[in-house]
Amino acid sequence: MKISLSWLREFVDVTESTEELRSILDDLGLVVEGIDLIGEGLEDVVVARIDEIRAIDGADRVRLVVVDAGHGPLEIVCGAMNIDLGDHVPLAPVGAVLPGGFEIARREMRGVTSNGMLCSARELGLGDDHRGLMLLDDVIEPVVGVRLLEALSITPDVVFDITVEGNRPDAWSVEGVARDLATRLGRALASPSLAEPNGEESSASFASAGIDAPDLCGRLTVSVLRHVRVGPSPSWVVERVQSAGMRAISNVVDASNLVMLELGQPTHPYDAAHVANRTIQVRRARPGETLETLDGVERDLAKAGRGLGDTGEDCVIVDGDDVVIGLAGIMGGATSEISDATTDVLLEAAYFDPMSIARSSKRHGLRSEASNRFERGVDPQLGLRAAARFVHILRESCPELEWLRDPLDIAGSTPTPPTIELSERDIERVLGVMIPNDDVITILRGLRFQATSSGDRFSVTPPTARPDVRSGSAGIADVIEEIARLYGYRRLPRHVPTWPEPGGLSDRQKLRRRVRDVVVDLGAAECWTPTLGSDADFDLLHPGVARVRITNPLASDEAVLRATMITALVRAWVRNLERGTGDVVLAEIGTVFTHPDATPTPRMTKGGVSGSVTLSLPQENERLTVLLGREDDDATSAVAFWATLAERIGLADVVVRSSETATTGFHPTRCAQLVDRASGAVLGWVGEVDTVLVDGVNTSVSSGRLGLLDVDFDALCDKVRATRRSEFAKVPSRFPSAVIDLAFVTPTSVHAQDLAFELRGASEFVEEVELFDVYQGSNLPAGTRSLAYSVRFSSDDSTLSEKDVTHARRQLIARAELLGATLR
Amino acid sequence: MSSSPLANLVNQTAELLATIARLESIEQLREAEPTITGKRSILSALQKSFGALAPEERKDAGAQLQDARRVVEAALASRRLELSQRARAQVLLDDGLDLGDVVVSDVRWPASIGHPSLVALTQRELEDVFVTMGFTVSESPEVESDWYNFEALNIPPAHPARGLWDTFYVDLGEPETVVLRTHTSPTQIHLMEEAVANNSLPIHSVMPGRCFRRDTPDSRHLATFHQIEGLVVDRGISYADLAGVIETFTRAYFGPDIESRLRPGYFPFTEPSAEFEVTCTICRGGGCRTCSQTGWIELGGCGVLDPAVLAAVGIDGEEWSGFAFGFGIDRCAQMRHEIADMRALIENDTRFLGQFS
Repeated sequence: MKISLSWLREFVDVTESTEELRSILDDLGLVVEGIDLIGEGLEDVVVARIDEIRAIDGADRVRLVVVDAGHGPLEIVCGAMNIDLGDHVPLAPVGAVLPGGFEIARREMRGVTSNGMLCSARELGLGDDHRGLMLLDDVIEPVVGVRLLEALSITPDVVFDITVEGNRPDAWSVEGVARDLATRLGRALASPSLAEPNGEESSASFASAGIDAPDLCGRLTVSVLRHVRVGPSPSWVVERVQSAGMRAISNVVDASNLVMLELGQPTHPYDAAHVANRTIQVRRARPGETLETLDGVERDLAKAGRGLGDTGEDCVIVDGDDVVIGLAGIMGGATSEISDATTDVLLEAAYFDPMSIARSSKRHGLRSEASNRFERGVDPQLGLRAAARFVHILRESCPELEWLRDPLDIAGSTPTPPTIELSERDIERVLGVMIPNDDVITILRGLRFQATSSGDRFSVTPPTARPDVRSGSAGIADVIEEIARLYGYRRLPRHVPTWPEPGGLSDRQKLRRRVRDVVVDLGAAECWTPTLGSDADFDLLHPGVARVRITNPLASDEAVLRATMITALVRAWVRNLERGTGDVVLAEIGTVFTHPDATPTPRMTKGGVSGSVTLSLPQENERLTVLLGREDDDATSAVAFWATLAERIGLADVVVRSSETATTGFHPTRCAQLVDRASGAVLGWVGEVDTVLVDGVNTSVSSGRLGLLDVDFDALCDKVRATRRSEFAKVPSRFPSAVIDLAFVTPTSVHAQDLAFELRGASEFVEEVELFDVYQGSNLPAGTRSLAYSVRFSSDDSTLSEKDVTHARRQLIARAELLGATLR
Repeated sequence: MSSSPLANLVNQTAELLATIARLESIEQLREAEPTITGKRSILSALQKSFGALAPEERKDAGAQLQDARRVVEAALASRRLELSQRARAQVLLDDGLDLGDVVVSDVRWPASIGHPSLVALTQRELEDVFVTMGFTVSESPEVESDWYNFEALNIPPAHPARGLWDTFYVDLGEPETVVLRTHTSPTQIHLMEEAVANNSLPIHSVMPGRCFRRDTPDSRHLATFHQIEGLVVDRGISYADLAGVIETFTRAYFGPDIESRLRPGYFPFTEPSAEFEVTCTICRGGGCRTCSQTGWIELGGCGVLDPAVLAAVGIDGEEWSGFAFGFGIDRCAQMRHEIADMRALIENDTRFLGQFS
């Protein structure tokens, strides 16, 4: 909202500097987003007449212009081409400082001296036009040498652009801001001049009004104004309306806008001649009804919308024929618009239910200055005061204006302001400090709350302009916020609380940090790929699978929640490769989603209006995905990567088990499941990226092998699924150990890690079994390979004898034979 | 009609189909293709011989030949698919590797130096500051019902305050019932509900996480971003405690010469509410372009918990009170590292990633 300082000063005596005022407004929660200084830098600019235009030798973009600005001929070099002899234009003489701090100096150009600058509207901050010089003859009757400020009747002013928070409809007006300021500064708040009805006739004899939907329209006032002459507004009205960023239209419309800006009450003027039976009635729209609004759009009314719980309710204004002439509180209809021919006006100033306006405005995609105010809550008592102000303003341009007596005033139901009881203790409890009793009363009364105190208790009733103040304990909080706001947040004390409960991370968070550290230690650059992707990318790995879709995506390729990070990491890698930086490991820890229809375990949660129903939401799964894209990376480096990670996070025994059925995204014959030996749970997959996927992402890239690891972090965190190594530490035997090598011809169906596991359990002396060689060759039977293990034996009690070792060796060979492996 | 060039068409077609069936590899197929459907094929030769026919005969013959060609082409396509699948199966078989047989100690890989994501790094530093102050860290899902994201936070449907959050709606059942969370505040509701159910108040926790708003990305905003919020529910907690926590955090994270200040703001779930600002980290309070000459940068929002929010989750507001605050993790990172364009965070350019450790 834009508010000029001069307008504010009509309500409160402000003597502070612009910067002081900005700071005070900020501290009141009326945040100043910007400040416009009107007329700044124009003090020295004068009106000049063009007397001569000459070409300059060798220059085709600039000309020499001789002007008179009251002190004889002055030569100026000028690039504008939109001028003729006799035109009047603004001249910034040498020494002038234009808006933005640009200082005019005497300059030599092409051997000619330029003694100042002729200006465009934009250079003067008076408009956007920069196509040529500002031609004053188009706007005024210029007099040579007169200061431009006087010539254009510009009064230097300061315009504050203030953001008013959603809970402060009362502050969305000049008077509202002034009220806060007056209270903070301890100064008086002036009231604007108001008119009195002066007509002989009663309003009821000329027009009628009624409310059929008292819950949607809490108050309807209709004033009858006769002998209106539609024309331009007085210049001060135009200035005011323009300073707020609105367009001046006509005296009637401008007065309506000015009242809204000044007091916060939207009003709507109807041409009485086009309102059937001069009747204004408020009711619910019926299905099938339509309205052409002032913006020329035909609107279907009472049609259910997309919003949660939106039944399509519209509150409308109808005339004496029950025909819809306006969408209440949002926009009027085209038929009863004010025109030059209007002589009698019905002025509606009403109170509409904020939620109803909010819903209709959202559903029709129609926001107006009026709806923005109504949906936050306009003072239900403001209607007739706004009408009186409207008449006062309009009368200046229509002296013969007649406001019929007894304006129509119909009551529906409006919220009754609550009375809130609170104590000094309540204030201290919320703010952490005692606020002196007198300060509390002064602040609340300054804001027009009724406030009385007895002992340490206050009884407070907010004005009707403050619908944000609730009843009960919430109301206490609301009142205390007002006290704190006006007292000054910056004056409130600070205190650092302590508590006995320890802070810290959960096991899951600690594990996540550990995983992240290990992954980075192993050489990965951690990425952040998009959660939202395209259908095409989704189809690369999950064709035909139900997906979680966004209703209103920013772009069509950001419409689907990812089901994997593999595709996006491949994409990220390809982009790096194209930049010549593809020799990297990329990793991401993030959430992937499964549509509730595609999982047996959707997330069940509370939803619907008031949380009254149970909803099935997508299953969310946190994963770690690592793509190994360095020169020699392949499935084996991915396995080594995993083995290191598993060791570093303390997993007991996870088998890298090749699977008959590959998982999507992986090379079908170079991938394996990560299976927890004790629980049997699958913790993830390891292998290589499917070349088909790389082609799908970018056909022009020849990728070679890319290692890939995709781990279910949720499973890693689950101690049932991911078995941890025992925390009990074993002290190694002090006696020498014996190391032997055993090579077995083993059927390919027998897993190397399973055989190692069996060997470990085959003798009490086994300390460690480690695979060190795999051999395949034509000298071995088909369907077998040789697995060579290094086995370390030891005993806690003694040095092992040769006999012990031989016996243990025999036990291991016997155990291996049970699995079909034979000593080589 | 015996002179018709198509007299032998049935046999000729059968012969082509037999040829196709005998193709054993993609290479053979590629080689044979010109003689089956291409320029050197009998089908093309027949086509050329139509020149001698009368117009209506030509039309009739053309249709017949077209049918035959369609049959042959279909057979060829299907054989091509079969052979390429067979080829891929063979390639995969030859390429197969039992990853259970990988001898980990034999794997040699190139050295490379890793880098954590700046967001993760920043999140960890922020968490550490709060953990030191006695906070735990909590998390919750990214897809939420309207209830948790809005209504339980005192923002009923159609409330104008919803305009503060441009929301992505998730297409599940009824319109506008499921959202990508626009803030981490739903975690607060989950935490309070759990604490009530387990009778485990008080709560002192911070909630980092990914959030989504339907904002067109620019140098200062991303539609996907990260936030950290804090929630304290305890006995005797006031605005003064909130202001104290914000101040301590500001100095701990940004440095001892950076201060914080609060000014009135509006959030439906806190009352009193405040925006908090910190000394501009670029000019150290002197005033510059980044802070619009004010010396202060707006960082986040905060406030004393609204009694209505406590009531919605069944916490007795007479006994318990609290505060909440929240701000952007990415924004902190941007301020701290003076990142000119926030979009660098999601581009995964290793030249960018490589700067953080």
